[in-house]
Amino acid sequence: MSALSDERKPISGGVHVAQRHDSGHKHVAGTAEYIDDIVEPAGTLHAYLGLSTCANGAITAMDLDAVRAAPGVVGVLTAADVPGVNDISPNHKDDEPILAEGRSVFNGQPLFAVVAETREAARRAAHLAKVEYAEEPFDVDVAAARASGGRVVTEGMTMRRGDVPGALASARHRVKGSMTIGGQDHFYLEGQIAMATPGEDDEVTVYSSTQHPSEIQHMVGHALGVPSNAVNVIVRRMGGGFGGKETQGNIFACVAAIAAKAFGRTVKIRPDRDDDMIATGKRHDFVVDYEVGFDDAGRISAVDAVYAARCGYSADLSGPVTDRALFHADNAYYYPNVHLKSEPLRTNTVSNTAFRGFGGPQGMVGCERWIEDIAYTLGMDPLDVRKANFYGETGRDVTPYYQTVEDNIVGRVVEELEASSDYRKRREEIVASNRTSTVLKRGIALTPVKFGISFTMTAFNQAGALVHIYKDGSVHLNHGGTEMGQGVYVKVAQVLADEFQIDLSKVKITATTTGKVPNTSATAASSGSDLNGMAAANAAGQIKERLVKFAAEKYGVPEDAVVFEPNCVLVGNQRIDWAEFINQAYLGRVQLSAAGFYKTPDIHWDRAAGKGKPFFYFAYGAACSEVVVDTLTGEYMVERVDILHDVGKSLNPAIDIGQIEGGFIQGMGWLTTEELWWDDKGQLRTHAPSTYKIPLASDVPKVFNVRLAEWSVNKAPTIRRSKAVGEPPFMLAISVLEALSMAAASVADYRIPPRMDAPATPERVLMTIERLKRAAAGQ
Amino acid sequence: MTVRDAIRFYLNDRLVELSDVAPDRTLLDFLRLDRVLRGTKEGCAEGDCGACTVLVGRLGADGTLAYEGVNACIRFVGSLDGTHVVTVEHLRGADGGLHPVQQAMVDYHGSQCGFCTPGIVMSLYGLWLETPTPSVAEIERALQGNLCRCTGYAPIVRAAQAVSNYGAVVEDALNRERAEITARLEALRDGQRVVVSSARGDLIVPASVDDLASVLEERPEATIVAGATDVGLWVTKFMREIAPVVFIGQLTALQNIDVGSDAITFGAGVSYSQAFKVIAEHVPQLQELWERIGGAQVRNMGTLGGNIANGSPIGDTPPPLIALGATIVLRKGDARREIKLEDFFIAYGKQDRAPGEFVESIRVPRPGADEMFAAYKVTKRRDEDITATLGAFRVRVVEGIVAEVVIAYGGMAGTPMRAKAVEAALVGRPWTMGSIEAVLPVFGEDFTPLTDWRASAEYRMLAGRNLLRRFFLETSGEPGMRIIRHEVA
Ligand SMILES: Cc1cc2nc3c(=O)[nH]c(=O)nc-3n(C[C@@H](O)[C@@H](O)[C@H](O)COP(=O)(O)OP(=O)(O)OC[C@H]3O[C@@H](n4cnc5c(N)ncnc54)[C@H](O)[C@@H]3O)c2cc1C
Ligand code: FES
Ligand code: FES
Repeated sequence: MSALSDERKPISGGVHVAQRHDSGHKHVAGTAEYIDDIVEPAGTLHAYLGLSTCANGAITAMDLDAVRAAPGVVGVLTAADVPGVNDISPNHKDDEPILAEGRSVFNGQPLFAVVAETREAARRAAHLAKVEYAEEPFDVDVAAARASGGRVVTEGMTMRRGDVPGALASARHRVKGSMTIGGQDHFYLEGQIAMATPGEDDEVTVYSSTQHPSEIQHMVGHALGVPSNAVNVIVRRMGGGFGGKETQGNIFACVAAIAAKAFGRTVKIRPDRDDDMIATGKRHDFVVDYEVGFDDAGRISAVDAVYAARCGYSADLSGPVTDRALFHADNAYYYPNVHLKSEPLRTNTVSNTAFRGFGGPQGMVGCERWIEDIAYTLGMDPLDVRKANFYGETGRDVTPYYQTVEDNIVGRVVEELEASSDYRKRREEIVASNRTSTVLKRGIALTPVKFGISFTMTAFNQAGALVHIYKDGSVHLNHGGTEMGQGVYVKVAQVLADEFQIDLSKVKITATTTGKVPNTSATAASSGSDLNGMAAANAAGQIKERLVKFAAEKYGVPEDAVVFEPNCVLVGNQRIDWAEFINQAYLGRVQLSAAGFYKTPDIHWDRAAGKGKPFFYFAYGAACSEVVVDTLTGEYMVERVDILHDVGKSLNPAIDIGQIEGGFIQGMGWLTTEELWWDDKGQLRTHAPSTYKIPLASDVPKVFNVRLAEWSVNKAPTIRRSKAVGEPPFMLAISVLEALSMAAASVADYRIPPRMDAPATPERVLMTIERLKRAAAGQ
Repeated sequence: MTVRDAIRFYLNDRLVELSDVAPDRTLLDFLRLDRVLRGTKEGCAEGDCGACTVLVGRLGADGTLAYEGVNACIRFVGSLDGTHVVTVEHLRGADGGLHPVQQAMVDYHGSQCGFCTPGIVMSLYGLWLETPTPSVAEIERALQGNLCRCTGYAPIVRAAQAVSNYGAVVEDALNRERAEITARLEALRDGQRVVVSSARGDLIVPASVDDLASVLEERPEATIVAGATDVGLWVTKFMREIAPVVFIGQLTALQNIDVGSDAITFGAGVSYSQAFKVIAEHVPQLQELWERIGGAQVRNMGTLGGNIANGSPIGDTPPPLIALGATIVLRKGDARREIKLEDFFIAYGKQDRAPGEFVESIRVPRPGADEMFAAYKVTKRRDEDITATLGAFRVRVVEGIVAEVVIAYGGMAGTPMRAKAVEAALVGRPWTMGSIEAVLPVFGEDFTPLTDWRASAEYRMLAGRNLLRRFFLETSGEPGMRIIRHEVA
């Protein structure tokens, strides 16, 4: 016990300060352990998947004798070997077999798994299968799916307000168009992987690189035919997720677990990068057909749009993904009359899935396309069209899904960025220089982002945390959030450190595991820190309440005289060192452990009616991008990007800036060089980094200014008034696509809407330029 | 000749001797599986992501020790004889804690998920050893072979610029111990042929170029492996059987560069990195192309001879070398023949190389003072991407008239190929935009390109033809022709 003194150094590592990633020092040393790095138990076997080569057709023969006979092979598993239910559909639609049964419905579908003493043996053996198919016609893309009747994988959604046909008919101007938006592979650097160890009775322990341990637990139980309480799932970290490990880890975890139980040994499964890219889902491609009515000032009176998505062969998350596209088809703009419809189309391709933004980016790209059309039709600066349509005063503040935008700051964000990026002057200069430059043309664009935060499936907006304080004062933190690089572990630990007023170094971050916190939601929808931070704070609150009561009784002071100060507790006029105080509490038989819980208040959603308040709040941002394009080849470079982004009151500015920079570059990759290409057999041919090109260091904007809107405070009562940051910045990259469009449009003196589809590869840029040149020449 | 039956190299601070290693065992599997050194990661197993980057130190012809970043995933263990392999586990700071590169990465928030990070650390370490205060351009070049999906690279570049604030290069272990390591590697050079037999076949490391010639006469079916930047993928992606394997990367005598007054002669084993200085100085028109071949790791491993011998229609060096009139020397036993490079490529997948024959050297005539020369590579992503179309042009204009022209393309046919019809149409015409426009349609006679995932046939044709336009405009002094990432210092 120390005497009262006034020098109280604040704790190190609390909230609102830049704090390093908790594993940074291990990442750089190579000591951060990913699943493939865990030293395998003796006798570990390795599984490998055999993939189909038929996009659609009955499997008429599957001869696996050579596979079984290959050196090192221990056994082969097919659908018939699944002890429980052969389905990993995350929405219980029974449309997603672990291993195909009777039919192959996409080229690359897993048919069987071979289990061998080494991974190499298993992989070599997998290629020895002889499979025959009765090939049938197949649909690879939206157009083909529509042509064969437009079967959907799940019911689409509609949002409707006002009289769209009437408003379109009476609009001063109308534009009608269609846009194709490509998909995207996650390209997490650590591929999918799982390792399962069989336990006693029906038990199994699964290490899975997953964003959703509870779902892995559920799926493994389902596949094994055992209850969830027999399955323990552990994930310390992923080498990237981005949505690609929300449901796509299921198959690997299930195969490992089935094999582990079948052979009574630990089984690990890790596909090669190519197989990973072929056999796991991606961002949905979309075709957006739209018609928009507007006045001379560019103000929109009506929007009518259909968002059709390539969903692949099963529903997976396509329902909520296509819903979220519609939720963001307004971006930051008010549509007095609106009709939006989604078509989640079934195709003979891998089942598409979650990916950062979850359909929102595609919704927004479509929206920004018609904003662009309006601008070029009227000869306006697209930024002025944007401003004319921003959500605003009462009467212009309700979204197509009837949620009132209560926290609108888009105007301020855009205006500040417009000034700090010197947008207007640069645009003028670019227009002038494009007149004289023959080969190189420039473009600039400033686009906003408004992104809704919450799972639109209201039930998912809950989280749990488990906090123990040991009698030496050290703290053990566990929660349902999974760490994939986004920094949720350190952020939640900062919250806990702040709650207890102890240094961050006293908080031990532990691997996410279903045995500690049950029934968690996926770490997705940018919600990780929001939900788990609150749950951890709740757990801390419970313990603190007990501690206060204990101290007040023990020392005979009123409860409000017990104050948690940096690394100590002030009780009356005594300051007690944290560890000592905790030891006293232990001796006083205070429960030093608590399970915290949180559910997001005040949200509801009626999908059938297309009405409700699905989002707790919105996150905002804006980006201004400048590009230069070579009109001979379509090659281009991003010269400069300025970003102003809203994260509310940041929990950790360093982590948040990292999310913004990383999200932007990933979004830029999606809209520029990342192209998925299927051949005439329905086979994905861009299935490795040699053919699928994500951005490199030399693709980063030459000048890249990223700032937080430091004045922003979340109006909603979130954890320390911060805002989610995982997904929203991804969409800032739309400014790059529009800047490329402007450069292309310059060849037709900006009189023709450029209508560049995505991704804007050099090829697509050159083809757009050629089309615009022909159109301008009246051909 | 005496034969040794084990591969010997240093791994971090240990000597490794392997007498039972398969010819197709990759360094990455050796590290991760055999040695349980798991700091080095696998992200792609095809040389494109850099997660597996390690440094390999080797002695040059002059005995100097140089460390280079390489992709462990496509590097075969058999190629490491006499080298020093340095993995992320070997890095230490002066105080035994984190190395300056590592500390900078931590402090600048250069890792998020951390999976790319060991590879990035190794690439930056390699850069820092050579260039302690790198420019952004140098950092970007050093990272062309490293993918990061999380950070957007900005913090990594900031960290790379700051490394020298955390420690001095001279104090780095590899520099302090340079003399000792050099001596140890010297001691490993015993002038013996190495032959290691294993269940998966033989690997042979010839003692000299003459010994290589003998080995290939003895085993004409053997796969020659130089940098393995092509062959590595045959194994990791296609699971092809490649034994027996003859490794030639250690033959410094195949790595000579002879700069003559009218031609430069490259040994077939010269890597892109080894050739870079000479290219930049003597054929600066190829510098940009050179810097856009693969990433740093691929340029450190990949060789000119391999690029040619591989016979790919989208290899980047053949078109410009054909445009320059290059010839190659093929050797079998003691017999040598010199042929024009363009004649080496017979058809897709077929080259003029007999079993047991190998490429010994490449002779590249220097462009004449009265000649205009350029080569342009077009790709989806600027760096570390395979050519969609690549045009190389050499033109001599006499009194305004095209006196001689050679145009060669990659990506437009089944082999690297000259545009002979276009050349014929251009010769004798005035060197004007009008002439260029007039001959553009003739490209259709020379090429019928294919559509694939890299580019459509239409795009290849359109962009390919436009490269001739670019060549004309650029050589005519038209300003503002090229997108410039970084002004050349
Ligand atoms: C990630 C990545 C990026 C790449 N990017 C590019 C690029 O941008 N541009 C490009 O052109 N290439 C690119 N490549 C391929 C390029 O690196 C190879 O073509 C390289 O030049 C081959 O040299 P090597 O020494 O690695 O050959 P190896 O892989 O060792 O051998 C290639 C072939 O040549 C034969 N061979 C090698 N040397 C001889 C010899 N002396 N005599 C006879 N036969 C021989 C081998 O037997 C084999 O058939 C890339 C490769 C990778 C992995
Ligand atoms: S693992 Fe990707 S380059 Fe080696
Ligand atoms: S930090 Fe995740 S890939 Fe680089």
